[in-house]
Amino acid sequence: MFDQFDALLLARIQFAFTVSFHFIFPAFSIGLASYLAVLEGLWLKTGKPLYLDLFKYWLKIFAIAFAMGVVSGIVMSYQFGTNWSVFSDVAGPVIGPLMAYEVLTAFFLEAGFLGVMLFGMERVGRKLHFAATLMVAVGTFISAFWILSVNSWMHTPTGYEIGANGQYLPGDSWLAIIFNPSFPYRLVHTVLAAYITTAFVVGGVGAWHLLKDRTNAHARKMFSMAMWMAALVVPVQIFAGDLHGLNTLEHQPQKVMAMEGHYESHPDGAPLYIFGIPNDEEQRLDYAIGIPKVSSLILKHDLDAPLAGLDTIPDDEQPPVAVVFWSFRVMVGLGFAMLGVGLWSLLARWRGRLYDWPWLHKAALVMAPSGFVAVIAGWITTEVGRQPYVIYNLMRTADAASPLDAPAVGASLLAFVIVYFAVFGAGVWYILHLMHKPPHPGEYGVKRGDKGPIRTAGITPGPTQDPTDESRRNLSRDKREPETLS
Amino acid sequence: MTIAYDLTTIWAFIIAFAVFAYVVMDGFDLGIGILFPTFEVGPERDRAMNSIAPVWDGNETWLVLGGGGLFAAFPLAYAVILPATYPLIIAMLLGLVFRGVAFEYRWRDPAHRRYWDAAFTGGSFVAAMAQGMTLGALLQGIEVTGRAYSGSWFDWLTPYTLLTGLGTVAGYALLGATWLVWKLDGESQHHARNLGKRAAWATLVLMGGVSLYNIFLNAEYAARWLTEPEIYYAAPVPVLTALVAVALLRALSVERHSKPFWLSLALFFFGMAGLGVTMWPFIVPPDLTIWDAAAPERSQIFMLVGVAITMPLIIAYTAWAYWVFRGKVGHEGYH
Ligand code: HDD
Ligand code: HEM
Ligand code: HEM
Repeated sequence: MFDQFDALLLARIQFAFTVSFHFIFPAFSIGLASYLAVLEGLWLKTGKPLYLDLFKYWLKIFAIAFAMGVVSGIVMSYQFGTNWSVFSDVAGPVIGPLMAYEVLTAFFLEAGFLGVMLFGMERVGRKLHFAATLMVAVGTFISAFWILSVNSWMHTPTGYEIGANGQYLPGDSWLAIIFNPSFPYRLVHTVLAAYITTAFVVGGVGAWHLLKDRTNAHARKMFSMAMWMAALVVPVQIFAGDLHGLNTLEHQPQKVMAMEGHYESHPDGAPLYIFGIPNDEEQRLDYAIGIPKVSSLILKHDLDAPLAGLDTIPDDEQPPVAVVFWSFRVMVGLGFAMLGVGLWSLLARWRGRLYDWPWLHKAALVMAPSGFVAVIAGWITTEVGRQPYVIYNLMRTADAASPLDAPAVGASLLAFVIVYFAVFGAGVWYILHLMHKPPHPGEYGVKRGDKGPIRTAGITPGPTQDPTDESRRNLSRDKREPETLS
Repeated sequence: MTIAYDLTTIWAFIIAFAVFAYVVMDGFDLGIGILFPTFEVGPERDRAMNSIAPVWDGNETWLVLGGGGLFAAFPLAYAVILPATYPLIIAMLLGLVFRGVAFEYRWRDPAHRRYWDAAFTGGSFVAAMAQGMTLGALLQGIEVTGRAYSGSWFDWLTPYTLLTGLGTVAGYALLGATWLVWKLDGESQHHARNLGKRAAWATLVLMGGVSLYNIFLNAEYAARWLTEPEIYYAAPVPVLTALVAVALLRALSVERHSKPFWLSLALFFFGMAGLGVTMWPFIVPPDLTIWDAAAPERSQIFMLVGVAITMPLIIAYTAWAYWVFRGKVGHEGYH
């Protein structure tokens, strides 16, 4: 019994570790793929080499992030079976097909066009190359669509029947499964999160180079684009997050109680706790600092509306409050800090100081990784808040695990930790190294090695698989943009 | 051996197709990784790597379809096989991690390229070996009680699974070598051809070994190959395999282009067909047939619509991507 418990805990840690690592990369590559499509589109439209340079600058970074996303994602798709085999057997008929659609409509699309996007500019011409870039960007979005539908179904299961053998079976309509009640909110919130994450990385890199040389036209352009995103999308995200919370209140009330730290019910207006130390044992929030009635205002749009607390929920159905409470505050806190940077950039624009306000650039630099932290914090809120269930109100996490012994899971967990830190640590290091170099005119693309890119003999003699050459030629072919302003 | 053409059968063939596509496409990628140390540091290695850099990700996606498709169409099989072969699957996944990132990292970090080249080879070898051993573990039978795996920790580790593992390594090396014969020229092509010959012999010997072992492993398997009327359905497989093997060995000593690669594919195809004869209609021998493990009809129909619409498109744009990067990989430096 004790042993089983250990194996379960290890399996949960392993899943949380590998999926959190995995999601770091999609959070960046979903946004970056779209940004690259925008840059290439602007280049095709305006002919300004500046955009092509930026495209190539970020393409190199994208190639590394994407590779890490792919290999960590393959691990995820097998972990359902290796570690959660009971869950896989029981829920497979409902969520398996959605994941199969993800492979068919998203993964093949991304992977099929990735090669052309990275190495094919010379071989297919600009329009087709742009189409390939678009396909990769669309693919990342479709992938988010399906996997978030799966995940949302586990939070708000609808449209299923229970079969004689205990499996969940699809009901009459797949639409009821795909568009389950929390899915639209989660999709919007997560995809916006990916755009914001990318915007802050791009803005941070731009700020870093502006701090070193505020005349760098490339750094100016990327900083400006990123700050527009921050100023416009973060408010939308906060609004979306609020709606998401209301939806969660409707479907998973105990998660919201944990987020808010509401151990007790509040019959006439619940306070919004800013700080407090959740104490599960005593079922109360120690050292609580709160604003009276504001929680009811946010969640019910009425200062005096009653809100139930965890005292209405049996002990064995409560999520661990402290984790949910704090991860939620980290996400929301960062959301408002991002909003601050966005507003500051608007002020700077208005005053004409966007490119020479070092404090703004320093703030943007500090905030560069904030999206990753917010995204992981958000997922932790969502997933831990669902506990003790893996399929909300239907299947407990404890009943979902594979019949494996603790040493087996422990060994694999250790292997994942060592390999992920070593391999993805190196990848992040290479990305930082690329970001450290200033973007410049005549930027080269993804290079196939020092000895040079692939060349063909035969049918298409000579061309390289590397946008490099293209850029060199375009620089002389296209009208050069004055280097000063953007 | 009668085949009822119901949805479950169709799905068994779709999964088999995905696995076959994976094995041959990622097979030549992994094979190049396995053979990588025999290539000279410098342009020769760079060219070998460049010949697959634009397509490896698409090739690997077939593995996700194989696994994801199994999850969706035969959830019970997915839920039994993966815990039964847990260490192998984890090893394969970690091997694919090293192999996958090496494509980018080795260019980013010339100072440590040696290490990433070693990661490329090590990852490829481990992944290939683990895949082969998983197949062996499946063929030798998985113990099931109720709806779960009930064997012990090391059931997957037997002389038989080591044999199937090595057979897969050799087969992938053959695919990798013949792919390079197609994509390279000059000295490097010569080198690839020599490798191809050795890998071909190793593959044939190991394939033969595994086939014989199968017959002794399990009376039921033997019955499928050796009794009437089964023998009439089964016999063409070994006969055609032998013909392909002879043609392959001849092609490797004269042909300079794509023929050895296509013949290696044919060899794998008949290997797969043989596997089908051995296993049908079991998906997890000796207890679960495809019908025991199948998802309900609604799930099967929903996915079949998706496959019918997307598969032709996937094949079309994958073919296009290969076409874009067609021809020999050159070696002229670019400065
Ligand atoms: C909101 C987006 C999102 C979320 C929640 C997840 N993923 Fe992911 N995944 C992507 C968005 C994404 C992506 C953007 O499509 C990736 C990232 C980089 C890439 O290559 O594609 C990807 C890659 C990726 C791959 C490799 C695809 C390939 O071969 O090209 C697999 C197999 C998975 N994922 C599977 C999973 C599983 C099983 C998840 C849940 C546990 C999961 N992903 C969560
Ligand atoms: C990619 C972003 C995601 C992150 C960061 C994330 C995070 C987590 C975390 C931290 C846990 C552990 C909760 C606990 O044990 O208390 C967990 C559990 C789980 N999540 Fe997610 N999750 C993500 C997406 C998904 C998706 C898309 C799915 C389904 C397709 C999923 C399925 C599960 C399952 C099956 C568990 C059960 C294991 C467990 O409860 O420990 N997750 N996740
Ligand atoms: C500041 C205002 C924000 C609010 C009010 C808010 C609200 C929420 C809520 C209520 C959840 C949990 C939903 C559930 O599990 O049912 C959530 C999850 C999440 N949040 Fe936020 N959020 C905010 C900002 C952000 C920011 C800035 C990011 C990232 C850039 C972010 C990323 C996420 C992610 C990735 C999840 C998990 C996926 C999901 O369930 O949607 N959030 N958020």
